[in-house]
Amino acid sequence: MKARIIVTLKDGVLDPQGRAIARALHALGFKSVEEVRQGKLIEVNFGAESEAAARKEANAMCEKLLANPIVENYRVELLP
Amino acid sequence: MRSTVVVFPGSNCDRDVAVALEDVTGAKPAMVWHGETELPAADLIVLPGGFSYGDYLRSGAMAAHSPIMRAVSEQARRGVAVLGICNGFQILTEAGLLPGALMRNSSLHYICRDVDLRVERSDTPFTNAYIPGEAVTMPIAHKDGAYFADEATLERIEAEGQVVFRYLPREKNGRESNPNGSCRDIAGLVDATGRIMGLMPHPERAADAAVGGIDGRRVFESLTRWLH
Repeated sequence: MKARIIVTLKDGVLDPQGRAIARALHALGFKSVEEVRQGKLIEVNFGAESEAAARKEANAMCEKLLANPIVENYRVELLP
Repeated sequence: MRSTVVVFPGSNCDRDVAVALEDVTGAKPAMVWHGETELPAADLIVLPGGFSYGDYLRSGAMAAHSPIMRAVSEQARRGVAVLGICNGFQILTEAGLLPGALMRNSSLHYICRDVDLRVERSDTPFTNAYIPGEAVTMPIAHKDGAYFADEATLERIEAEGQVVFRYLPREKNGRESNPNGSCRDIAGLVDATGRIMGLMPHPERAADAAVGGIDGRRVFESLTRWLH
């Protein structure tokens, strides 16, 4: 089983990297850009007996280490 | 005073703080590798500055789950003082021993320079040798030092007086302070018990008149006074 985990900053948390990227896109002529928020994508390969068990396991990984619940949200996508 | 310095892979201020502690207390601290599961009896545990685990994932995230951290939490519960400096502060927030999180500096730059701070409280184990409201100078050296917590948490820690050091709104030389975008200019805070402190500036680098000044030295002197 593979879990694709997307970690993003919560609303209201300052993202200076996203802001710098938005400025760079503007400088390149992408004038339509209004806001950029940068996150992380983490892929984890692991064994699991069922999809439900895999989701539970991946959520636990996020809660314990992969995301900081104070400032980040996460989303788990399971891939075969 | 018996002190312990935890050494993580990537710590780089462990020896600086050991020198400052020995100079102030007269006793060599025990240096304990992060992979250990037990700590010697001590009055103070220091989580030093540096780049534990290369700051992988998030600064302090991996170190917060090091085997030794279980023993640190346990000793903290029993009343042992814990001081996290810079990366040590990041580790304490990641371990949930202090509220909030340390985020990328708003300028995105790594900043290494002296900053002016205001001592908000002198009734803590870490600051009783200071005068409340006093302005002191200590160096910072970090890229992830912007203190963040949600409004409710900020209100709570302000109401409980947990903010111990704040960046001065304007430094002595006139330069605007708050170098990293920290919420409410927070540079250092304690937990609800007052015995765990996290601090982004480096008091151990301002503990000797010959190198870096002496404004940080009183953090360690305060701890010895608190014990007696």
